[in-house]
Order: sequence, then C-alpha cells, then structure tokens
Amino acid sequence: MKTLKIEELSKNFGTTEVLKKINLEIDEGNFLVLLGPSGCGKSTLLNIIAGLETINEGNVFIDDYNVSKVEPKDRNIAMVFQSYALYPSMNVKENMVFGLKQAKTSKEKIEEQLTKVSSFLQVDELLNRKPSQLSGGQRQRVAIGRALVREPRIFLFDEPLSNLDAKLRVEMRREIKKLHQKLKTTVVYVTHDQTEAMSLGTKIAIMNHGVIQQNESPEIIYNKPSNTFVADFIGSPSMNLIKGKLNENSDKISFTAEGANFDIPINSYDFNNTSELNNKEVYFGIRPEHIYFKKSNEGDFEVNLRADLSEYIGHEQIMTFDLANQELLAKFPSTIKIELNKETKLYFDLTQVSLFDSITQERL
Amino acid sequence: MQAKTSSSNYKQLEQKSRYTNIFLRWFLYFVLILFASYFIFPLYVMVVTSLKTMEEIRQGTLLTWPSGLNFDAWAVAWGGRGYGAGDTFLKPYFWNSLKMVIPAVFFSTFIGAMTGYVLTKWRFKGDSWVFLFLLFGCFIPFQAILLPMARTLGALGISNSIIGLVLVHTVYGIPFTTLFFRNYYVSIPTELVKAARIDGAGFFKIFFKILLPISAPIIVVTVIWQFTQIWNDFLFGSTFSFGEAAPIQVALNNMVLSSTSVKEYNVDMASAIIAGIPTLIVYVLAGKYFIRGLTSGAVKG
Repeated sequence: MKTLKIEELSKNFGTTEVLKKINLEIDEGNFLVLLGPSGCGKSTLLNIIAGLETINEGNVFIDDYNVSKVEPKDRNIAMVFQSYALYPSMNVKENMVFGLKQAKTSKEKIEEQLTKVSSFLQVDELLNRKPSQLSGGQRQRVAIGRALVREPRIFLFDEPLSNLDAKLRVEMRREIKKLHQKLKTTVVYVTHDQTEAMSLGTKIAIMNHGVIQQNESPEIIYNKPSNTFVADFIGSPSMNLIKGKLNENSDKISFTAEGANFDIPINSYDFNNTSELNNKEVYFGIRPEHIYFKKSNEGDFEVNLRADLSEYIGHEQIMTFDLANQELLAKFPSTIKIELNKETKLYFDLTQVSLFDSITQERL
Repeated sequence: MQAKTSSSNYKQLEQKSRYTNIFLRWFLYFVLILFASYFIFPLYVMVVTSLKTMEEIRQGTLLTWPSGLNFDAWAVAWGGRGYGAGDTFLKPYFWNSLKMVIPAVFFSTFIGAMTGYVLTKWRFKGDSWVFLFLLFGCFIPFQAILLPMARTLGALGISNSIIGLVLVHTVYGIPFTTLFFRNYYVSIPTELVKAARIDGAGFFKIFFKILLPISAPIIVVTVIWQFTQIWNDFLFGSTFSFGEAAPIQVALNNMVLSSTSVKEYNVDMASAIIAGIPTLIVYVLAGKYFIRGLTSGAVKG
C-alpha cells in the first residue's frame, strides 16, 4: 500500500500545461521533497494533492483510495503555507483548534490534542496571543501546530521556510527534520532551495516544466543525476558540463573535450547502454568538489590547466580554469594558494563523473 | 588658513539657512491659515445666521455676531410653526432619510463584501469580465438610468416609497462597494482561504469567520462612502419620491424654495445644518477606526 500515489496526472490553466502526466508514489513515512525552479508546477502539484486545485486528467490516491474528487477536509491531510496563513482575528489556540472544531471533535479530545501539540512544539506560552504578536519563527511553529493537531496521514509543506531569515531558516529546518524523525508521518514538501531539499528529503523529485526529471534519494540525485537539468540544478556551484566527444578504441573509452589535445579515460564509468559510443557527442560532467589539487585516488586523471579567476568565500575558494576555452570550476579549501594565469596541476576524480548525451541531455 | 575661511563660510551659510527656514515656516502657516479660513467661512456664516432673528439679519451684515444664542430658527426648521397646511419642516423627512440610509448602507456594504470575496477568493471563469461590468456601474451617469429605474420601481409596485429608494441606492452602491472590497481582499493572501478549506470551513464560514473579522478598515471606508452618498443624494430622492416619502434633501429643497412670503434665511441655514449633521457624525465616529490598520503584521513575517 502506498500512502500517496499519483497517476498520469495532467493539469492546465487555460492553454498552459502546468503538469504533464505526472506519476509519483510515496511509501509510508517517507519525506518527499518537490524541488524545482519557480514555475515548474511543484506548488500546483501540492495544491492538487491537498485538493485545492482541480485535476484535468489522472488520479490521486491516498492509502489506495481515489481522492481525486474528495474535498480537502476529507483527505486526511494538513498543510503548512509559506505565509503561515494563520487566521489574523483568532489567537493561537483558536487557530490551532479551528480545524478540529469544524470536524465536530469532542471538547475533551480537542483539549487533549491542544495540550499535547502545544507542549511538543513549545508554544504553550503563546496560546492566548494573536498571530500579529508573534515572531516569524513562532508563527511557523503555530502553523505547524495547526497541522499537527489534526493528526493527518500526510503533511504538506508549501515552501514553509522561505519567509524566514537565513539563520532561523536553518534552525527551523532542523526542527522539521527532528519532527519527522519523531512522528514518522509521510511528508510532501515543496521548496526551491536545494540545501533544504537535500537535508530534509528521503526522496527528492526534481521538477521542470511540469515534468518530474528524477525522483530518487538525495545521494543518487547528487551522484547520478539523470539528465543535464538535474546535474545543473543540484550543487553550488553546479556541475561542470564540458562539451566533447567519446572515443571507443578496442574496449577503451575516452573523452576528448572540444578543442582539447588530451583524452580523459573513462573506463570505470557505468554506462546504461554501451552501444554506439564511438564519436558520440556528449557532455562530460564533473562537480567542482571532485577536482583536486593533489592526487587522492589511484585512478585520478592528471591535467595542467590555466587558472583564470578566483572567488574567495571564506571556508573555501572557487577557481575558474580554462579547459580548451570552456570554463571549468573547481572548489578548493581557501588555505591553498593557486596563482592566476598560470598552469596548475589538477586531478579529476573519475569515479565521480557523469556523462550526458548532448542531444537528448539524458545520462549515458 | 584654508580651514578657517571655510569654517566661517559654513557659519554664514548656517545663519542664512536659518533665516530661510524661519521665513518659510511663517509663510507655511500664513498659507494654511488663509485656506483654513476660506473653508471655514461658509460654515461660520451658516451657524451665525441660523442663530440670528430675521430683524438682526436685515440690520447687520453677513459676518456680524448674533446678539445671543437664539435657537428659534432651529426649532422652526426641525418642528415647524405648528399651523396646518403648507408648513414644511424637517423632522419627518429626517426619519425618512434614516429609514432609507441604514438599510441601504447595510445591504450595499454587505453585498459588496460578498461580491469582493467571490471575485478574489473563489475565482471562476470570466470573473474579470464580471468585475469589469461592475466597474461600468461606477461610471454610468445616474441621469441615464432614471427612466428605466422608474419603470422598474413601478413594475415592482414600490415607487414613491422608502423601500424603492433603498433598492435604488443598494443597486447603485454595489459597484463602488464591490470595488472597495475586491481591492482590499486582493491584498489578503489566498493561502488563508486554502488553510481554512483544509480545516473544513465552507464558503460562508470562511467569509464570516476569517475574512469579515479582518475587514474593519475597509468596512469603515465603505460605510462612510455609502452613507455620504445616500444621505446627500438629491437626484434619486427627488425623482422616485415626493410628498411624505421624500428624504431629507428633497424636503430641504422644498422648504427653501417654496416659501411664498419672506425668505427666512435663519431657518434655511438651520435646516441645511441639520441635513448635514448625520454625515458629520459618521465621519467623526468612524474616522477613528479609519486609520487603524487592523491586519498589520498578522499574515506576513
């Protein structure tokens, strides 16, 4: 049984297709993050799961029950919004129990839930305050509390941390993670922040133009992006994508960057499909953090490149090198000194390489 | 050496700018007082004249102070002279107006709030067209709809009645009230409505429990606007009612224009002030709430 299943879901606003045949499944207790740039349809998808948007095609199942035409209140979900959406005229307590009251829950049960949740979230001191008298973090807590008291099957979070300042955001992120570890409720979480996605999710579904690009664990998303969009979207700075060609020569495969006079051997690469690799136009993907300034593994590829630019950001520095007129970014500890406009010896970690077809943009 | 000259220069400049500032300040007060007296002057004349006897009015000038507080003219304006036919006074028409203005303000405000709520929080296909057509209602010259409206009231059997006027004012108030409420609700995050829907509240519950409690500022604006419009209306009142069903502005007009003998300026002035007082009261009472931003900081961080 899947806690949440989305089947061939399509949605359009007028003539704009927002979601195109989305298929998605979440197992009990998972934390699924919908990640993507603005306008990719992630919030629409969340609203559809909540029942706040109608569906054009396809179905949504919660616990194998088709809820496509069920009212939001009957879907056994709770949602936390970016603007918190606390009812301004009610105090914290009224805000938290509003849903239970609507559901005609007994007074004793309401009281019990309220006490449990408010002490759990440490908002019991605030129960008589109005939302306008709370700080951003407290409002966020109350909003989560309002969702918690309903004991839903699925929690929906719509960019809940975007309105907080940077420091508080990191704190609240940890709290949400702790919350999930304790409660083990299924969560669907929408964000455009990749750090949030990576640190919170047990699964990340990366979306672009209404299509799920990849739906995997954070480790796989990071190490084995399924196409250039995912490769480029995840990581900061993002993965280097060097244009070039593959050469296959008696079982040995190597990569030559456009205009470069050296080959990079890629023998350990795990190809999805090994046919017709010779002369294939590809992108050679390597993350800036997988380029080293000294040899770390036996298989590292050694090359001399000219350093063009250095960006110092405290704990590390981002260097830009010239690889046959293509930019190559590398991340080093800020303690080492690299001279600009000079050839420097670099080592590529070939176990961490990704290759993409330059036409389909898909992973090879 | 250089430093010294420049510092004395600064002293001079400082002195100069001080004089300029003093001059500008006095000039500002002068202009303000001038305009204030310009605006207060008619009111002064009205009040002063209403407190004079006809004898005083004939002998003095517009500006002369009355000899004493003489409220006879006010009594006549409000309650008449006590003889039968042809005596027009404001009291019954004042109540007429109140009976008209209270329901008309209430219904137009309420319907406007509802419409604004639907147009912003329950969007439907073609809603922007509905809003556009409603806006047309704000721009239609009311003279253009007098005849069709008269026929409609006739067909409904409520011409020359307070109810008829309530209907007319409600209908022609809705475009404005809708505009006010729509623009207010647009700024309130739709997420509030979504949250309430997930919590299980329906269409009316969301309106009454979530949105209406935070609508005080715009309700005040709308009430002030509608009250002023309806209370001060002469066109609809004079077209759709006559005789005993007329609102106060029509009665005021009849009173001032129909006097056959001597023009009683003191009574006219007192009547005009009486007709204007309710609007003033609404401004004074509601104006306090006018400025209060009741939702400030309630929804955003």
